[in-house]
Amino acid sequence: MAAAPKIQLDVVTPEKLVYSEQVDLIEGPAIDGLIGILPDHAPLVTAMQIGVVRVVKGGEEIQIAISEGFMEVQPDQINLVVRTAELPEEIDVERAEAARDRAEAKLEKDRENVDFARAEAAYDRALARLKAAGHHDHGYDRI
Amino acid sequence: MQNMRDIQRRIGSVKNTQKITRAMKMVAAAKLKNAQDRAEDARPFFNKTVEVLRGVFTRTKETAHPLLAEREGGRHLVIVITGDRGLCGAYNHKVIDLAEEIVEEEEEVSLMVLGRKARDYFRRRGTDIMAEYVQLDDYPGYGFANNIADEIIHHFEAEDVNKVSMVYTHFNSAISQSVKTMQLLPVEKFAEEAEKTDETEQIEAETAAEEEGSKKYVDYIFEPSPAEVFDNILPQYLINVIYSALLESKASEFGARMTAMDSATENANEMIDKLTLKYNRARQAEITKEITEIVGGAEALK
Repeated sequence: MAAAPKIQLDVVTPEKLVYSEQVDLIEGPAIDGLIGILPDHAPLVTAMQIGVVRVVKGGEEIQIAISEGFMEVQPDQINLVVRTAELPEEIDVERAEAARDRAEAKLEKDRENVDFARAEAAYDRALARLKAAGHHDHGYDRI
Repeated sequence: MQNMRDIQRRIGSVKNTQKITRAMKMVAAAKLKNAQDRAEDARPFFNKTVEVLRGVFTRTKETAHPLLAEREGGRHLVIVITGDRGLCGAYNHKVIDLAEEIVEEEEEVSLMVLGRKARDYFRRRGTDIMAEYVQLDDYPGYGFANNIADEIIHHFEAEDVNKVSMVYTHFNSAISQSVKTMQLLPVEKFAEEAEKTDETEQIEAETAAEEEGSKKYVDYIFEPSPAEVFDNILPQYLINVIYSALLESKASEFGARMTAMDSATENANEMIDKLTLKYNRARQAEITKEITEIVGGAEALK
C-alpha cells in the first residue's frame, strides 16, 4: 500500500490551522448526512454540521470534533473550513460533559423557549467532542 | 526671560503627561500582542474562506441565490469599523475619510457604525445611521460577527439595501496599517477580467494564481443541491469575513495607538530636555545677576 494515493486535508478554524496532513480518507457530517471522501474525488462543495470527522491516515484513525462550516473538495485537496475543530487530545472531557448536562437540562425543561436551537447546538457540540475524545456512553446515535 | 518657577511648572506638567502616554503605550503594546496573534491566526481561515467560496461562486454557473442577486441602484449600506477611543494617531480618521468618500459618491446611503468615533462623526454630519455598535470588545467574538452578518442579511433580503460594503483597517505591522474596503453583498465574484488582464501582465503573480485556479475549478458537485449549499455557506462566508475584519481592525487600533503614544513619549522627552536647558539658563542668569549686584554693592561700600 506504499503507493496508495493520498489526499491533502486542511482543517482551518478562526484560531488556527488545526490539521494539515496527507490522508487516505475522511468521513464527516455534511448537512444531508455522512459523507466520505477518498483521493481523486470529483470537485465538490458542501456545508458541514456539528459532528465528528473521521480521518484515516496510514491505517490509523483520528477523530476530529467539528462545528458548523463548509468543505471544498478537489481531487488532491480537502479544505475543511469550520468554526471550531478539536483533535481528541485537545478536548476537555470534563467541560464537554458539563456542557452536555447543562444543555440536556435546558432541553428537557423548556421546549418552548427561543433558546431551543442554541441549546440543541450546544448539546450536539458537546456530544461530538465526547465522541471524538472516545468517551462513549449514551445518546451518540443522533450524531 | 521666563520666570524660573514657570519653567519648572511646565516641566512638571510635561512629565505628568509623559507618564500617561507611556502608560498608554504599555497597555496598547500588551493588548497589541494578543490582538495581533488572534488576527494573524485567523488569517489562513479568512484566506481559505475567501479563496474557496469566491472561487466557487466565480466558477460555477449556479448563481441563482438571493444573496448573490445584483440589483441596480438602491440603498448602499456601509459598515464602518473604527475604535471607541482616540489617541491613536490617524487610525480613526483614515477609516472615516474613506467612508466619507463612499458616502459622498452614493446617492442613497446608510451606515452601520462600529466604534464610537465613527458614530460621533457621522451623527454630527447627519448621515443616516441604520445601526450602531459602540464599546466594542478588545477581542471581538465570533458571536458578534454572527449578529452583524444576520442583520445585514436581513436588510439585504428585505431589499432595504441593495449593496453592502465594509470599511476596515488591515493590519500589516505595528507601525503600518492600511484602510480597505470590501464588498460584502451581493457576494462579489473574483475579477472576471482575470483572463483579460493576464495579457497585460499586471500583478503577475496574482493573475497567474487566478488563471491556474480558473483552470483547476470546473464543475462542482453541490451536496445536496446548490441552493441548500449556498443557503448554508453564504452566511458563513459573511460571518468569517466580518470576524476577520474585526480582528484586523482591533489589532490595527492597538498598533496605531502604541506608535502614537510612543512618539508622544519621545516628544515629551525632547520637550523636557529643551525646558531643562531653558531653566538652567534662567538659573545661571539669575546667579550672574546676583553676583553682579553683590559685587556692585561691595564696590559702592569702598
